[in-house]
Amino acid sequence: MHKDNQPLIFEMTKEGRVGYSLPELDVPEIDLADLLPEGLIRVESADLPEVSELDIMRHYTALSKRNHGVDSGFYPLGSCTMKYNPKINESVARYSGFANIHPLQDESTVQGAMELMYDLQEHLKEITGMDEVTLQPAAGAHGEWTGLMMIRAFHEANGDFNRTKVIVPDSAHGTNPASATVAGFETVTVKSNEHGLVDLEDLKRVVGDDTAALMLTNPNTLGLFEEQILEMAAIIHEVGGKLYYDGANLNAVMSKARPGDMGFDVVHLNLHKTFTGPHGGGGPGSGPVGVNKDLMPYLPKPVLVKKDDVFTFDYDRPQSIGRVKPFYGNFGINVRAYTYIRSMGPDGLKAVTEYAVLNANYMMRKLQPHFDLPYDRHCKHEFVLSGRRQKKLGVRTLDMAKRLLDFGYHPPTIYFPLNVEEGMMIEPTETESKETLDAFIDAMIQIAKEVEENPEIVQDAPHTTVIKRLDETKAARKPVLRYYKDQAE
Amino acid sequence: MKHRYLPMTPQDEKAMLDTIGIESIDELFADIPEKVRFKGEYKIKPAKSESSLTKELSQLAAKNADSSTYASFLGAGVYDHYKPIIVDHVISRSEFYTAYTPYQPEISQGELQAIFEFQTMISELTGMDLANSSMYDGGTALAEAGMLAAGHTRRKKILVSRAVHPESRAVVRSYALGQSIAVEEIPLKDGHTDLEALKNMIDEDTAAVMIQYPNFFGQVENLKEIEPIVHGAGALFTVSSNPLALGALTPPGKLGADITVGDAQPFGIPEAFGGPHCGYFAVTKALMRKVPGRLVGETTDEDGRRGFVLTLQAREQHIRRDKATSNICSNQALNALAASVAMTALGKEGTKEIAIQNITKTHYMKKQLKKAGFEIAFDGAHFNEIVVKTAKPVKELNAALLKKGMIGGYDLGLSYDEFTGHVLVAVTEQRTKEEIDAFVQEMEATHA
Repeated sequence: MHKDNQPLIFEMTKEGRVGYSLPELDVPEIDLADLLPEGLIRVESADLPEVSELDIMRHYTALSKRNHGVDSGFYPLGSCTMKYNPKINESVARYSGFANIHPLQDESTVQGAMELMYDLQEHLKEITGMDEVTLQPAAGAHGEWTGLMMIRAFHEANGDFNRTKVIVPDSAHGTNPASATVAGFETVTVKSNEHGLVDLEDLKRVVGDDTAALMLTNPNTLGLFEEQILEMAAIIHEVGGKLYYDGANLNAVMSKARPGDMGFDVVHLNLHKTFTGPHGGGGPGSGPVGVNKDLMPYLPKPVLVKKDDVFTFDYDRPQSIGRVKPFYGNFGINVRAYTYIRSMGPDGLKAVTEYAVLNANYMMRKLQPHFDLPYDRHCKHEFVLSGRRQKKLGVRTLDMAKRLLDFGYHPPTIYFPLNVEEGMMIEPTETESKETLDAFIDAMIQIAKEVEENPEIVQDAPHTTVIKRLDETKAARKPVLRYYKDQAE
Repeated sequence: MKHRYLPMTPQDEKAMLDTIGIESIDELFADIPEKVRFKGEYKIKPAKSESSLTKELSQLAAKNADSSTYASFLGAGVYDHYKPIIVDHVISRSEFYTAYTPYQPEISQGELQAIFEFQTMISELTGMDLANSSMYDGGTALAEAGMLAAGHTRRKKILVSRAVHPESRAVVRSYALGQSIAVEEIPLKDGHTDLEALKNMIDEDTAAVMIQYPNFFGQVENLKEIEPIVHGAGALFTVSSNPLALGALTPPGKLGADITVGDAQPFGIPEAFGGPHCGYFAVTKALMRKVPGRLVGETTDEDGRRGFVLTLQAREQHIRRDKATSNICSNQALNALAASVAMTALGKEGTKEIAIQNITKTHYMKKQLKKAGFEIAFDGAHFNEIVVKTAKPVKELNAALLKKGMIGGYDLGLSYDEFTGHVLVAVTEQRTKEEIDAFVQEMEATHA
């Protein structure tokens, strides 16, 4: 990585330079003053850059060199499933017939796009074991909220207005309780037991006739399969609640266990994780939601239907929760996910899960002698180590994460889930080779040794990156969220 | 199995199983209860090779009428604009598109700086103090604005103009339902928000008034007149705005908006059948700590060098959980990058020029249609859109246009009962005089 700071694009600007080529204005000019009321015509132009096309390309190329992606190197960021993003997906999503079509065109002119969406829904139904799927939610958290709104609509349609609580495990993703709040529910936390699984006794204690739903990730965020899933489903269903599946960890169970068969009523998937829509530096994602028969009437509008080989959007859904997003979801990401599923096939998806789980267990056993392993059993697609031992020597998990940067790796997810002290959550994915895993394992072992022999090198890490550790307190105390030309001068 | 994405070899597998101390991969799944264990393989289509899959999918794509083959006169919130070719070259750099959220700033300075620049460009265009790193789209951004306003003012009612995009209004209603916020719609008058009605509806329980600028019909709402009504009642002035129009229009921030949201799709982002696009969210400084989603801030490293980090994270779900300002996690970062590149390419001069071109060409269309005897529903300034009265059903009209290589406008009757028999026609800078003339000619032919 280049050590020199890259100037802001605004700092490269020079009056009179342009980077665009607009179509010719081939109609008569008009005077805005004749059309717009006084005060609505912009007087001062937005202070945007004035740069040439080469300036732009060099700027963003320089920025890209200061960024680590899956294509740059290993990215074992737990819970995020940073697998390879196939290039065929990118090509297909750019086909003009997919990229340059308008959502409000007559349905007869977009049958190809609708067919793809429909077939993707069919594939996701089979993969999840659910009765119907909507592709509308834009991301996982959006899917959570959509699912919870459907659960709320279901209860209310049954005249059940007292179900105000959503239960989430203490190990849950932060979006679960946040989505519950946005959907108007109160969150209740259920504890994990000493095996890292949901404590059934505690679950029995917190459920009641005010329970709307239990949100669960399976395997959970520790990478452990909730073995008592059927008992949990029974506890929730007995009190009239619904069981919600957070599909963030689906990579661990494809072809091994389907949410629908485990008793889940609603499922969301993260197509940008398991199904290789790229993460894009934070998005866009896609968060389809699957439901069982009970919840089908409440699906968001419109619902894609097929009749006599013609695809249409059905808006006549009186019990629907309404629209969750303009148009039909993040179609471009759905095209990528569909391309991936069709590239893998049934045997491919099965192998994906098997190798993802094999890779995780291999790494876990190799690293076990060097770090604390709070839950010593087979994991699924990821596992969580604790840096407790190293902390006693004065080195925190954060320091070890920063030290990994010097080896060219993106560190694991750290300090999550919250029920592991100094946690490091490692998810290798199935697309990484044994050689890559071994090299990473060696780096981790070396760091563990450094902690014992030369802790400063870890505490002061990173040493090789374009920038050292940044002052986050300063950033938050006196926020500078944009560039001001005047202040710079 | 052998697959180009799966590097595992039988030898690797054997060595790894030995390390774990097991005989087969199946043992790793022994903790899945027998009763729920899935046996066999999914009943889905078999895998296809790269060549045969691209062949199949390109044929599927070819079934759709796209705006690079057809001249599109369809807008209604999604537009066929000039996309600088450089945009796709930048966002195709895989250091950007294969990265995740920049939680490790030392190896994510590229993404963080790009977002910081995006935040600056959106702030500049909207005239607001600050903007976040993006939202899913314009519709959900508006819904989140409603939640912010209700939380901030501790009031439980939102007034939305009927001139706001119908689908955005629908999303606002869905989110409001979750929060038990009442949503009331302000009626129309001559294709604008009815200000007399607004004055009667607004009260001390109104958290926000939502206005679209330019509105769904392409009319430019007079924000100057609306602002005192909104602030007079202590509500937050919330404007949904096409950022491309702000190259020529006075930005909402200069006209008293508290929150400005919208979609940056017009800047370099393909229509893509409605998504992914790129919502933006901009506010005044007073609302900085209530903004949903990620924010990038400037700071320094241990050596005093400038750097960028995700900041004010105490607002967010991964820290605050059920007390977060929003549940948003994934956003539209890559599309924010695309919009940044397009805004950079257009720059200070181009953003003005493109906005004026859109107004100019829209007015040319208006003039030609009027000349041909068509009634234009509303007068005044138009941005991108005009509402045209038609004697023919819009579906029939559009079928005729399609035969001539054109994608027709939006059937307003689908969203507004009173506008049955009206078509919302969009003209961007992409449409040539020749195409506009052909459109008018075909309209005439169908009405002859």
